[in-house]
Amino acid sequence: MTRDPVLRFTDKGIYCPAGDFYIDPWRPVTRALITHGHADHARDGMGSYLATHAALPVMRHRLGDITAEGISFGEIRQIGDAKVSFHPAGHVPGSAQIRIEVAGEVWVASGDYKVIDDGLSEPFEPVQCHHFITESTFGLPVFRWTEQSDVAADLNAWWRGCAAAGKTAFLGAYALGKAQRLMTMLDPDIGPILTHGAVENTNAVLRDQGIPLPETVPVTAELTPKDFSGALVLSPPSALGSKWARRFGPQESAFASGWMALRGVRRRRAGDRGFVISDHADWGGLLWAIRETGAENIYVTHGYTDIFTRYLNENGWNAQVVPTEFEGETLDAGDAA
Amino acid sequence: MKRFAALFNAIDQSNKTTVKVEALAAYFSDANEDDKLWTIALFSGRRPKRAVTTTRLREWGAEAAGIPLWLFEEAYPIVGDLAETIALVLPANTTTSDLTLSHWINALRALSDVEEPARKTFVLDAWQQLGGTERFLFNKLITGGFRVGISQKLMTRALSKATGKPEPELAHRLMGNWHPDDISWHALIEAEDASADASRPYPFYLAYALEDGPESLDNPDDWRAEWKWDGIRGQLILRDGAYYVWSRGEELMTDRFPELARAIDHIPPGTVLDGELLVWQAEADHPSSFNALQPRIGRKTVPKKLLSEAPVVLHAYDLLEWQGKDMRDTPFGERRALLENALHNLPGDVPVRLSPQLRFDSWSALGDYRDAAREVQAEGVMLKRADSPYLAGRKKGDWWKWKLDPLTIDAVMIYAQAGSGRRANLFTDFTFAVWNGNDLVPFTKAYSGLTDAEFKSITAWVRKNTLQRFGPVRQVTPHHVFEIAFEGIQASSRHKSGVALRFPRMSRWRKDKPLQEANTLADLNEMLRIYG
Repeated sequence: MTRDPVLRFTDKGIYCPAGDFYIDPWRPVTRALITHGHADHARDGMGSYLATHAALPVMRHRLGDITAEGISFGEIRQIGDAKVSFHPAGHVPGSAQIRIEVAGEVWVASGDYKVIDDGLSEPFEPVQCHHFITESTFGLPVFRWTEQSDVAADLNAWWRGCAAAGKTAFLGAYALGKAQRLMTMLDPDIGPILTHGAVENTNAVLRDQGIPLPETVPVTAELTPKDFSGALVLSPPSALGSKWARRFGPQESAFASGWMALRGVRRRRAGDRGFVISDHADWGGLLWAIRETGAENIYVTHGYTDIFTRYLNENGWNAQVVPTEFEGETLDAGDAA
Repeated sequence: MKRFAALFNAIDQSNKTTVKVEALAAYFSDANEDDKLWTIALFSGRRPKRAVTTTRLREWGAEAAGIPLWLFEEAYPIVGDLAETIALVLPANTTTSDLTLSHWINALRALSDVEEPARKTFVLDAWQQLGGTERFLFNKLITGGFRVGISQKLMTRALSKATGKPEPELAHRLMGNWHPDDISWHALIEAEDASADASRPYPFYLAYALEDGPESLDNPDDWRAEWKWDGIRGQLILRDGAYYVWSRGEELMTDRFPELARAIDHIPPGTVLDGELLVWQAEADHPSSFNALQPRIGRKTVPKKLLSEAPVVLHAYDLLEWQGKDMRDTPFGERRALLENALHNLPGDVPVRLSPQLRFDSWSALGDYRDAAREVQAEGVMLKRADSPYLAGRKKGDWWKWKLDPLTIDAVMIYAQAGSGRRANLFTDFTFAVWNGNDLVPFTKAYSGLTDAEFKSITAWVRKNTLQRFGPVRQVTPHHVFEIAFEGIQASSRHKSGVALRFPRMSRWRKDKPLQEANTLADLNEMLRIYG
């Protein structure tokens, strides 16, 4: 007798028949388990949401009045015939991998993850399982991140140079996670850190839930740029070079993303500078994480799925591509990366 | 290599020409002379002889990175640059090196004398000593093609800052056939007599396009007009009893145009002509299409048969040197009179002719010439101010090209391919088709004409609407109609559709146009009949 697999890939997202719930669904469903609050994972219109206590505040902030419940990392919850628990994914504060056990078979849906400790997010913990669903945003051997401290040194040297030249430094980054991580990497002795409203709103939510962040000054209509010489402004990438940014006068702009590892993308996207800093695992990180799970069956989603899957199959895993609605959104919606 | 890498980063990390010029000028002031010379050479497209094939380089790169070759090959088009792909996949360097740029270049050139295993050892060893940008640049020394947004103009500006010499003189010094093997920094840039090289051409003066017609140029009497030919812009240099032919791309093409040797006997030495190389059949009163010229460009030696099938005539329109004297500061009107004199009474078998001036007394009269340009295989008309000097590079004001409006056809996008370099990861190279009954017949490719935002949007669409992949090429759902603009159309047996277009590009994304209303093969053939 064949029974249902623990998780199924459907046109609404990843479905668990034993618990009758979906993970990060992209169409309205009754019950959604959410790995983290980024817009492509936590969507509007679900009957109920379950996410980590640390991920919920941002979701409530973004999605408004939702029926949602929090869960602690490591806490085991029985949903139908499925035993469910959330484990740190290291992607952004509160982000989780979701472990589902049904009749002794263990699956882990990792959502987005990175394996290095960014000093802000709960560090990634490998979870032993039989079936592992992995992202592959940077699943190519050309992606290999340098130490965060080295990138921080480059970043601060750039900021210092801008300040010395009387220019405002504009740093573009995704408003949830990346921006806050960058804040912790910046050297506050160089000058004030100003924030775009989109970044500051997220800062406020994270501060409220007790995550310590450096002091920031929100950019408002009343703010006088010349009172903040030597400042660095954190903004969503879309605001770089905009009218909003231009009132600061002489400036340089930079963009922080894993894609900045590629010179072509850097030249196309980065303005003056590109800093290679990603909230996703690099090639080595993906392979390490997969090995640590001990899983034999790997499902590859989000990114270079075909290439990464082929590599895994050649190296002894039983891997397959997960078809998603959002295949290949990587580079172009990749501001979060 | 560290100093060169620092220069490269400074240039590559900035979009501002002032910053680039500053960085280059500083480098030209403090780097060692061999490095400076090689830097000029590299940034102007001169490179050391390739010491290792790119095939070997890929194999060794994959091997050193511990990845299968197929994986390397998959990553390459995503990165969009071979040198960079290798630099990225290799493990971090284990040591560092203080060796200079010219040292590495000389070491690479010495490789041509050793066996392959020794070459491999050298390259693998270099990869271990060089990290980051240095490793990328080392690979670039082998694969070639430094595209860093340093035009000849910026380089001469920086050199001028560093040496105090005027820009036009430096531009002239950098022209021509020099190579770091045969010349020193001192001889190229600093020595008093830089004109020793008899083959050295002058920097070409390039015209801007006139977008809105010539009315804004005021008095027609101040202007001279010629056909804008669709051939190869070239300089014919006659010095010391020899002749040299240079293309606008600064390529020495003398061997490709042996018929021009006839000029030596009839035009005095110390003459430099600027003009257009065109295929011209004796009995015709206008040139053949650009297509007829193609086989003449493609080969270094010209077989007799091709010489008689596609004879080339230089249509001269300017005189840059006369009796050994640089004429570029003389007003165009006077240069033209001297040119007419110089070419007066040339025997008919000398393949140099005067490009005629078009007489007009009003802008509308000139407009009539422009409208008739296709009849003489011209692309439009050129306007030159009668009192203008011959400048270097593309400068606004004195020379304008007033081109014909392009031909256009509405076509369906059927294949897409990612670009490379700056366009890596974006779908930018498309194949277009027209209807033939219910079939779509591909007839052209086009790469340019869309904005970055449009490329981004079409890229997202291609990813979601791929029907089939053939290597890097994706067949997509026929859906989008684009207006394709082009300058000319020719019958071609090499193309499935039977036609070849000149300069095809995407002029408009016809989101308003339903798929079924794209043009047909019959429409294309009708254009071929009229304009071919």
